[in-house]
Amino acid sequence: MLIKKFDPLKKKILEVLDYKGNIVDEKLEPKINDETLIKMYKTMLLGRVADTKALQYQRQGRMLTYAPIKGQEAAQVGVIAALEKDDWMVPAFREMAGMLYKGADLKQLFLYWYGNEEGNKFSKDLKILPISVPIASQINHAAGVAYASKLQELNEVTVAYVGDGGTSHGEFHEGVNFAATNALPLIVIIQNNQWAISTPRSVQTIAETLAQKAVAYGIPGIQVDGNDPLAMYIATKEAKERALKGDGPTIIEALTYRLGPHTTSDDPTIYRSDEELKYWEERDPLIRFKKYMIDKGLWSEELEEKQIEENNNYVNKTFKEVEGTGLIDLDEVFKYNYEIMHKDLEDQINDYKEFLESEGK
Amino acid sequence: MALMTILDAVNKTLDEQMSLDEKVVSFGEDAGFEGGVFRATKGLQQKYGKGRSFDTPLAESAIIGGAVGMAVNGLKPVAEIQFSGFVFPAFNQIVTHVARYRNRTKGTYNLPMVIRMPYGGGIRALEHHSESIESLFAHIPGLKVVIPSTPYDTKGLLTAAIKDPDPVIFFEPKRIYRAFKQEVPETEYQVPIGKAKVVKEGKDITVVAWGALVRETEKAIKLLEKENISVELIDLRTIQPYDKETITESVKKTGRFLVVHEAYKSYGPGAELISMVNEKAFLHLEAPPTRLTGFDATIPLPKGEHHFIISPNRIASEIKKVVNF
Repeated sequence: MLIKKFDPLKKKILEVLDYKGNIVDEKLEPKINDETLIKMYKTMLLGRVADTKALQYQRQGRMLTYAPIKGQEAAQVGVIAALEKDDWMVPAFREMAGMLYKGADLKQLFLYWYGNEEGNKFSKDLKILPISVPIASQINHAAGVAYASKLQELNEVTVAYVGDGGTSHGEFHEGVNFAATNALPLIVIIQNNQWAISTPRSVQTIAETLAQKAVAYGIPGIQVDGNDPLAMYIATKEAKERALKGDGPTIIEALTYRLGPHTTSDDPTIYRSDEELKYWEERDPLIRFKKYMIDKGLWSEELEEKQIEENNNYVNKTFKEVEGTGLIDLDEVFKYNYEIMHKDLEDQINDYKEFLESEGK
Repeated sequence: MALMTILDAVNKTLDEQMSLDEKVVSFGEDAGFEGGVFRATKGLQQKYGKGRSFDTPLAESAIIGGAVGMAVNGLKPVAEIQFSGFVFPAFNQIVTHVARYRNRTKGTYNLPMVIRMPYGGGIRALEHHSESIESLFAHIPGLKVVIPSTPYDTKGLLTAAIKDPDPVIFFEPKRIYRAFKQEVPETEYQVPIGKAKVVKEGKDITVVAWGALVRETEKAIKLLEKENISVELIDLRTIQPYDKETITESVKKTGRFLVVHEAYKSYGPGAELISMVNEKAFLHLEAPPTRLTGFDATIPLPKGEHHFIISPNRIASEIKKVVNF
């Protein structure tokens, strides 16, 4: 088993492509059909363009606080590409590329950062849970989803995302342990992007790896080059196979880097060096995957240029639609709190409506 | 019909609902094999298997966060928190997720889940085993908070809670878990959430209570009978969303209002009820609406707890003050 071979306690890291895009070990190269590879690359590229533009919109005062994904596209797309339609995705809040791959609409994803709950209303068949802001709390939801899958004998796995900072949280511990003790079909992806706002990974734990936390739960954990979509793909495939066999959860630590700020409110130049950024910029997942795609004859500079232009237009058009949505109606604010609204809440709305009417609104 | 205690009623309800609906699952710390420290879930694992009635690790966030995920993926979880004083590790889950999931997803994901918790004082227990913390949950939009006071209501309300499409916090008054028996139907019925019950009609004063204090107030009423004070007693039953109409109607009739609760005084449920009475029945009041509550001091260990017990005598004394204002 691959996961056992890459023991985090022995400092083994799974990689298929080196940072320049050369294959490290041909035996590890997954057999992914061309169509899927192209979808993976295109989604990563779309994620990048959407991310770049979201930051611009925010700087122009057109978008609210946004959490950039730049540099983490492979850790997301590589994972979701290894899933089936029936599998669940439980995001934290920095997984836009993965959500796009799973079928979420960009307009909707933008709506969330635009300040509209509509952005979290994914149609049930997408099997994407809403963005979860309280750190690591979503791991427990994912464990619960996986519990229900197992009990109802549904042939599906759940992938949960968490960051390096999230692994310090009690919610992470409780969720992973619950999944382990019940042998649940869960895959926990730790996007170790090295920073939790301004706090470096070294402050979160003195353990050498985050993957090794799995050892204490009695489950496998593996460190993967998170900027290598192929490595993330094969690790996820194997974790999924284990999960469906009833062997329980797996922790995959994706070694990646947040090339942008934590959110648009953050200034990373305060706490990290230019050298560090440069080191990771060279390890940008898009650089290596593009080379791999070109080497395979599936991509070219012309296609790249054309695709970026297409993405630019698509993202601009999408954001214009988002801007056209405006403010939320009063009734929308109230009507989803309960299935059936209680009387007092109705009274509160009506009082407020009376006031609005008195103001001539 | 069968004679049941409140505890029996909890157990029979879970049994009934698990037999009627295979989506219902019951779990918590020691809630599987052993049937819970109070035996509220006794026999369920043996009857429905380890998948549907199970022991969890000692981890409240996992219990409640797990229930969120189960509800999302088609189950109807009934999670047990062993004592309400231990719910706080899961407070994050309840406030940030359980209460908000439906709103966050604009109605895509309801959370049909129940969180059962024994609560309240008077059982001479260790620290953190005696609190009444209903207002901490009643304050949060998206939650419903229910507290039964009789075996009949326990079964009807718990059935309604399990069938409710929204999350319900179900506090069980552990002090009277086994205090008395009542004839309870052995077939399914519901007591509606959000509806208070007029336990006893009266004309001089309206008293609202819930949980273990309903019985204590009934005893107080008996004490007052010889003094010719006629009390209308309302069992609130649902703390949120609560039944304003029944209370308002009663106060309009009696002109006087007292709320009795174990929870701490400041910002407690009594403050809400009195505000509501002032808003809805101000001109009918003949005395200041009043509360008799737990003190704003940490509830003591058993050797000091007698000071905190709201006895029938104290309730009677407070009623007299309001009536003679």
